[in-house]
Amino acid sequence: MTSRLLLHNRVALLMVLAAAVAAMALPFLGFAPNRLLSGRPVPLWIAVQGLDGAAALLPGLVLLATPFLQPTRAGLGLTVAAGGLFTAGLVWLAGAQAAALAQGASAAARTSFASGFWVMAAAGLLTAIDAARRMGLGAIGRMAVGGAVAALVALQLASGHLDALSILKEYANRREIFADAVLRHAMLVVAALVPTLLIGIPLGVAAHRVQAVGRAVFPVLNVVQTVPSIALFGLLMAPLAALGAMLPGSGISGVGPLPAVIALTLYSLLPIVRNTAVGLDGVPAPVREAARGMGLTPRQIFLRVDLPLALPVFLSGLRITVVQAVGLAAVAALIGAGGLGAIMFQGLFANALDLVLLGAVPVILLAVAADALLSIGIAAATHSIGVLPGKSAP
Amino acid sequence: MIEFERVIKHFGSWTAVDAVSFTVAEGEFRVLIGPSGSGKSTVLRMINRLIPADEGAIRIDGEDIASLKPEELRRRMGYVIQSVGLFPHWTVERNIATVPGLLGWPKARIRDRVTELLELLNLDPRRYRGAYPHQLSGGQQQRVGVARALAAEPRILLMDEPFSALDPITRASLQTELSAIHRRTGTTVVFVTHDMDEALRLGDSIAVMDHGRLIQCATPLDILTRPASPLVRDLVGREEWGLKRLAVETVGDRARRQESVTGEPLAAETPLHRALSEMVARGTERLPVVDGDGRPAGVLHLSDLVRPTSGGTVPGGTV
Repeated sequence: MTSRLLLHNRVALLMVLAAAVAAMALPFLGFAPNRLLSGRPVPLWIAVQGLDGAAALLPGLVLLATPFLQPTRAGLGLTVAAGGLFTAGLVWLAGAQAAALAQGASAAARTSFASGFWVMAAAGLLTAIDAARRMGLGAIGRMAVGGAVAALVALQLASGHLDALSILKEYANRREIFADAVLRHAMLVVAALVPTLLIGIPLGVAAHRVQAVGRAVFPVLNVVQTVPSIALFGLLMAPLAALGAMLPGSGISGVGPLPAVIALTLYSLLPIVRNTAVGLDGVPAPVREAARGMGLTPRQIFLRVDLPLALPVFLSGLRITVVQAVGLAAVAALIGAGGLGAIMFQGLFANALDLVLLGAVPVILLAVAADALLSIGIAAATHSIGVLPGKSAP
Repeated sequence: MIEFERVIKHFGSWTAVDAVSFTVAEGEFRVLIGPSGSGKSTVLRMINRLIPADEGAIRIDGEDIASLKPEELRRRMGYVIQSVGLFPHWTVERNIATVPGLLGWPKARIRDRVTELLELLNLDPRRYRGAYPHQLSGGQQQRVGVARALAAEPRILLMDEPFSALDPITRASLQTELSAIHRRTGTTVVFVTHDMDEALRLGDSIAVMDHGRLIQCATPLDILTRPASPLVRDLVGREEWGLKRLAVETVGDRARRQESVTGEPLAAETPLHRALSEMVARGTERLPVVDGDGRPAGVLHLSDLVRPTSGGTVPGGTV
C-alpha cells in the first residue's frame, strides 16, 4: 500500500514555509552591548546550541507536518496545539538564550527579539488561529486557545525566565510608571466611553426615528473620522487653551487628558450612533406592527422589542469603538495625556525599540482582550435571535 | 358588536375611507374584500385604533372606541397580519403569552392556555413550546400568530390577509381550522382578503369595498347571485361560477327529505360542489344524505343541483 502526502491546509503550508525561511535566513535575537548600539544578530541555530532548545522546538517539528494532516477534529486540534506550543516555545528559547548571553556581559547589554522571532511567532499563532477557526470553534473557544498561549507566556514571565530579555529590563526600570500607564490608558478609554454612550445612544435613536437627524449627524461624524488623530488633538489644543485662559482655576487646558477625552469621544461617536441607528432600522416592521396591534405601549415596544433586537448590531459598534479608542489613546500621549503611548513615544524618541514594545504590546493586548470580551457578548446576544429575515449577522 | 357610522379617513388629499357605515353582529364572521387601495385594511386598522378616524364614530358594544385607551382596546382584540410579526427573540410560548402577560394573568393559567392553543392549532406543545420562530415553517409561524391573537380569549379577532403568503395547501388547512375555531368560540371575526374564493368560503357576510366606499355588504349567496355592481361581479369572476355557487350551499339545503336510496351517504353539511364531485366520481345522479347524528336525511338529485329554487344562473346573463 502506498501512502502519499496530501496537502490539506494551504494556510498552514504558507505559515510553515515562512517560519522555515525565517528560521534559516533571519536573525532570531539581537544582542547589543547597550541599548543605543545596534546589536549583532543571533540566528536560531546558534540560539539552540548548548541549550535544551530541541525540546522547546519540538512543536515546530509537528508544525512542519500540519499542512498534510486530515482536516478532522483530531488533525486540526493537533495543528492548534502545535502552533500555540511552538510560539510559546520560541518565547522560552529567547528567554533562555538571553539569560545565557547575559552571563559575562555588562548590565547595560540588551538581548532583543529580532525579525526571525517575530515571523516565526506570528506564523505559529496564525496557524493555530486558522485551525481553530476551521474546527468551528466559537468566540469562547478561540478565546480559550489565545488564553492558553498567553498563559504559557505569562507563566514564563512570572517565573523570571524572561527577565534577561531587553523588554523586561526596560520594564524593570519602569515598573511603577508602567502600572500607572496601563491604568491611565484604561481610564482614558473609559472616560471617553461614558460621554460617547450618553450622547451616542440618544443620537442614534433620534437618527433612526427622524431621517433628518441622520442626514445632519452622519456627514459630520464621517468627516470627524477622516481627520487624522494628531490633527484633531492639535485642533482642540487652541480652543481649550483659550477657554482655560478665560476660566482660570477651572483646570481646563489645551494639553493633558481633557482634549484627549474630547477627541476620543468625537472619534467614538460614529460607530455608536451609526450602529444604534442601523440596529434599530433592522428591527422588522411587521414585528413592531404586531407589538403595537397587541397593545404594547411605545415604551414596552422599545424595551422589549427594539432594544433586544438591535443589541447585537449595537454591540458590534461598541466593539469597534473600544478597540479604536484603545489604539487612539496611545496617540493622545503626544498632547500629554499619558498612558501607554507615553512609554511608546519615549522609546521612539530615544531610538529604543524595546521601550516602544513595552508600550505597544499592552495596547495590543488591551485591544484584543476588549475585542474578545465583546465578541462573546455579541454571540450571546445573537444566539436567541437566530437568523432574522432581511438582516445579516453582524 | 362593531358599528361604523359615517367613518372618514384622509391621508393627505387622498380619501382612504369615505363615509363608511356598517355593523358586524356579535359572533359574525365578516370578510372585507376589495382591490388594493380600496380602504379595506384601513377600515380593519381603525377598529383597534392603529389608524385613528378623522370623522364619524366607531363603537364596540355601544362604546365609542375614541373614549378608550388604545392599548387597553387592543388588548381586548386579537390581531393577525400577513407577515405574522412574531417576536424573533422570544420562544413560541412567550410569543403566545404576550397579551395574557400584559393583562397580568397568573403564570399557571398562561401556561395552560398556551398548551390549549398549541393543541387547537395542531402544534405539538412538547415540541413547539420552546422553539424560536426562525425554527418554524411559514405555516407554523402563522399558526403561532393566530394562537397569539387568541391567547387572551378576545371577543373580536382582526385578521389582515393572514393566509395570503402561504402555499395553497397550508392556506386551505388554516382556513378550515379558522372556521372550526370560529364555530367553537363564537368570536366575532373581521377578516381582510383580496381572494374572493377565501371570502366565499369563510364569511358569514362579505363587505365589498372600492375607492374607500362600501359597495355591497351581503351573504356569500347574494354576492354571487345579486352583485350590486360590475366590480362585485368581476371580483367573483365568471370562471367556475357554477362551482362557487354550489359551494355556498350545503347538501342539507337541497336534499329531498321524504326519499331514500342506498349507498355511501353524504353528511348534510357537505358543500354542494363536493356532492357534484361525488356524483361524477361514482357515476350516479342520486346520493343518500345523513344528518349530523348519522340519521337518514333524504336524497340529493343531480337535477336539484342544476335547478335550485332561486338565484341559479350567473347574473347578467351568458357572456
